[in-house]
Amino acid sequence: MNYEMVAGLEVHVELSTASKIFCGCVTDFGGEPNTHVCPVCTGMPGTLPVLNRTVVEFAVRTGLALRCDITRRGKFDRKNYFYPDLPKAYQVSQLYLPICRDGALDIGGGKTIGIHEIHMEEDAGKLIHDPWEDCTLVDFNRCGVPLLEIVSEPDFRSAGEVVAYLEKLREILLYLGVSDCKMQEGSMRADINLSVRPEGQAELGTRTEMKNMNSFKAIARAVESETKRQIEVLKAGGRVRQETRRWDDNKDASFAMRSKENAQDYRYFPEPDLLPVHIDDAWIERVRREMPELAEDKRRRYRADFGLPEYDARQLTSERAWARLFEETAARTGRPKAAANLIMTDIMRMTGDSGLLPEDLTLDPAKLAALIGLIEGGQINRTVGKKVLEQVFFHDVDPEAYVKAQGLLLVGDPDLVRAAVEKALADNPKSVEDYRGGKEKAFGFLVGQTMRALGGKADPQLINRLVREALAGEPAE
Amino acid sequence: MDLRDHTALEVGRMVRERRIGCEELARHALRAIAETEPALNACVTVLEAEALAAARAVQARLDAGEALSPLAGVPMVIKDNICTAGIPTTCGSKMLESFRPPYNATVYERLLAAGAVLVAKTNLDEFAMGGSTETSRFGPTRNPWDTARVPGGSSGGSAASVAAGQAFYALGSDTGGSIRQPCAFCGVSGVKPTYGAVSRYGLIAYASSLDQIGTIGRDILDCAAALRLIEGRDERDSTSVARPPEAEAPAGVRGLRIGVPANYFGEGLDPAVAAPVRAAAQTFAAMGAELVDVALPLVEYAIPAYYVVACAEASSNLSRYDGVKYGFAGAGAESLEELYLRTRSEGFGMEVKRRIMLGAFVLSAGYFDAYYKKAMQARELIQRDFGRVFTQCDMILSPNAPTTAYKIGENIDDPLKMYLGDIYTVSVNLAGLPGVTIPCGFAGGLPVGLQLIGRAFDEATLFRAAAAFQAETNFHKERPNRPSVPCGREAATKNKDLGCGLQVQPTVEEARA
Repeated sequence: MNYEMVAGLEVHVELSTASKIFCGCVTDFGGEPNTHVCPVCTGMPGTLPVLNRTVVEFAVRTGLALRCDITRRGKFDRKNYFYPDLPKAYQVSQLYLPICRDGALDIGGGKTIGIHEIHMEEDAGKLIHDPWEDCTLVDFNRCGVPLLEIVSEPDFRSAGEVVAYLEKLREILLYLGVSDCKMQEGSMRADINLSVRPEGQAELGTRTEMKNMNSFKAIARAVESETKRQIEVLKAGGRVRQETRRWDDNKDASFAMRSKENAQDYRYFPEPDLLPVHIDDAWIERVRREMPELAEDKRRRYRADFGLPEYDARQLTSERAWARLFEETAARTGRPKAAANLIMTDIMRMTGDSGLLPEDLTLDPAKLAALIGLIEGGQINRTVGKKVLEQVFFHDVDPEAYVKAQGLLLVGDPDLVRAAVEKALADNPKSVEDYRGGKEKAFGFLVGQTMRALGGKADPQLINRLVREALAGEPAE
Repeated sequence: MDLRDHTALEVGRMVRERRIGCEELARHALRAIAETEPALNACVTVLEAEALAAARAVQARLDAGEALSPLAGVPMVIKDNICTAGIPTTCGSKMLESFRPPYNATVYERLLAAGAVLVAKTNLDEFAMGGSTETSRFGPTRNPWDTARVPGGSSGGSAASVAAGQAFYALGSDTGGSIRQPCAFCGVSGVKPTYGAVSRYGLIAYASSLDQIGTIGRDILDCAAALRLIEGRDERDSTSVARPPEAEAPAGVRGLRIGVPANYFGEGLDPAVAAPVRAAAQTFAAMGAELVDVALPLVEYAIPAYYVVACAEASSNLSRYDGVKYGFAGAGAESLEELYLRTRSEGFGMEVKRRIMLGAFVLSAGYFDAYYKKAMQARELIQRDFGRVFTQCDMILSPNAPTTAYKIGENIDDPLKMYLGDIYTVSVNLAGLPGVTIPCGFAGGLPVGLQLIGRAFDEATLFRAAAAFQAETNFHKERPNRPSVPCGREAATKNKDLGCGLQVQPTVEEARA
């Protein structure tokens, strides 16, 4: 019998707002423990939450990008459970009236994944076990960092679809500017609900929930492993237990954490300390108007307006920083293909080689545009161009001033070049003879000699043409 | 005349007119506390050094020409569930016995700006859960009128303190009657403002959708003046709102329609309490108000709805006391679960545990719809009931509590009976309306209070009616027996050797005479 897997995803993303969801503390990752905290986010007695408006705005933005219905009168609810990283012993979340519902995301290949809902909630702190002291410490810095939980419908049928969805979702969230989606830092986390059923059966099988995957690769492996495990259980005549499982990437296997019988009762009820969230049409329209252009739309535009091939459009939109750099540079030069080439070859390579991330770059598009102008205008050759780019990349020099100061401008005067060609021919009669005798190699040598005489600063096309003319005899007047 | 017979506003005026110094006043209050505390136990923490320092600072600001407020320099007390930075805020619980908040409640910030002088934090039922101030970790507070009796609760410490002349006014909190009922039991005046009128930031939550901070004074004008200092929108409390502008209204009650709900005077109400409340209604009528029969039939659902909603919220609000971050932590725990169990079993008293369990139960899977959801529906119907009645009248007059103050220990083992003591007050919290309590007579030598319930944010009309009543009657001027403290103004002018160093200068008129 063949089995089909059915999976749904719960993706948590930390929003990149400046401050936390219910207080003014910063959301920065990696501060000294318990330095980004206040009485509100540590749940001190008597403190009250005040909703960060930007969180709502980011949620609406995300909802619109995922084609969701926006809840006009939303509410927050309390999810009650005890854990030392949760200082109030309840998480303010949304159960009954989440902010976005009924959306969809196309993941390519004609497949669309339904979005069940998106809700806003607060993150918990972090427990750090100290093996030396044999104690557990709590860091509340992450407490109250705003989260969106994006819950998909059970529409996935393969690990490939799961990864495609996550990549697409990540790209959208990055382009919306609502999250930095770094799985390693935990700002994007995905839990998988997965079950298998005999092919053709309408009824869903018993599902498990898988947690603790730290990369898309791990997610794909976890999906495959769990699918296999469940099928094996069924084939052996067993039953899948409804439980929460923890993925161990090192062991390439998952382990049961808790079963349904031990599932917590979260005793949800409406959060009395917050007013309902009213979102009117004007607000939604404003968010829609101010919505950043998504990668999909950029690719379409790059192809249509700039005539870039699909490959270039993909490369340039692979990170929002590349797209931004490309667009700003292209706009300044009016030569989109040249801008695309410069970024896709040298700049991407230098960025990778220096261990930088695209968003870390501080490259000035105006300087890149000036450099492209120098190359395309024939004022410097490509070899010099690379050198100048390095200077721009690492030292932020002004390309025009730099080539002038360094004397790198091409010798643009054809008479000077012609004189150098004649001298090269005169100094190397043997090569001239060889060429005329049919040795094409000699031509390259003569071009090289000319270029050397000109200190490498001549347009190679021009030298080529003049050498050929000189060898062919007197150019026609 | 004893200084303690003056109202807070009168004393505030003496301060502004430089007839009495802030420090002397603080010393007077501290002395009154020292004399009455052994019998009353109204205070959890007496702030001797802090009060004197605060008094000197307020005096300096006044002397520097700052206007401050009508109550600047007047000694006052705050219920011990309202956070005061660096000053213990215990909630009357072992759980928070050692807790010193690093921040002030908004109300205290506002009081400090207005020149208030805090002399003590007052006793309460543990986490404000109770109606008798018997469940406090620090022992019961006693009623100044009869120390064998309870002062009511949960703001029993604040009410007893004002009644006994320790402080001129007080802050309390009211979730189901916790300001109004102790005011009635102790013969003082109090107001539970409209939900949202006063910031709850820094009020240690019992039931968030019902809790409201209010004021307690010797007369209603003191309550109104103190409320003015603390009310208004606070950015730290999303549920707080700015008071809408009030229409100018003439003094007195002429033309006011006062609704009297017949079923509030039915079974369960002690006839000795009913009599003065009915008489008070007649006094209002005699002063020109129109008495209207109104029906509030849903009151019988108020108690169950209240205890479901309040306990549900409490079970969540009190979950944070887990022994991990602050306050009491159970000793000797071998595991996390054991730490939770020990901390919460040993740190909370019986009544708090009862309400947490009740609340966790009504929110749990399978029971939520039957209890919490039903209670919220009842709550909405009760709100509508009030809305309908307020088309027929401008305010409602009712008893405050079914009985006068009962004996300490009398009801402590009968929670249901205790809960029924809130019958006249809880629906006001469920509907988020303002209510005031004023003394209206005595039964068996114990004070009886009446309750006036108003439209949302219409405290002004309640104050107007209560002030007119107090201008007409003297119940609020009656004082419990107490040892005399020779610190009054008369004593000051007649007797140079006061012991407490209090000097009250004669008024301009007196000096002229």
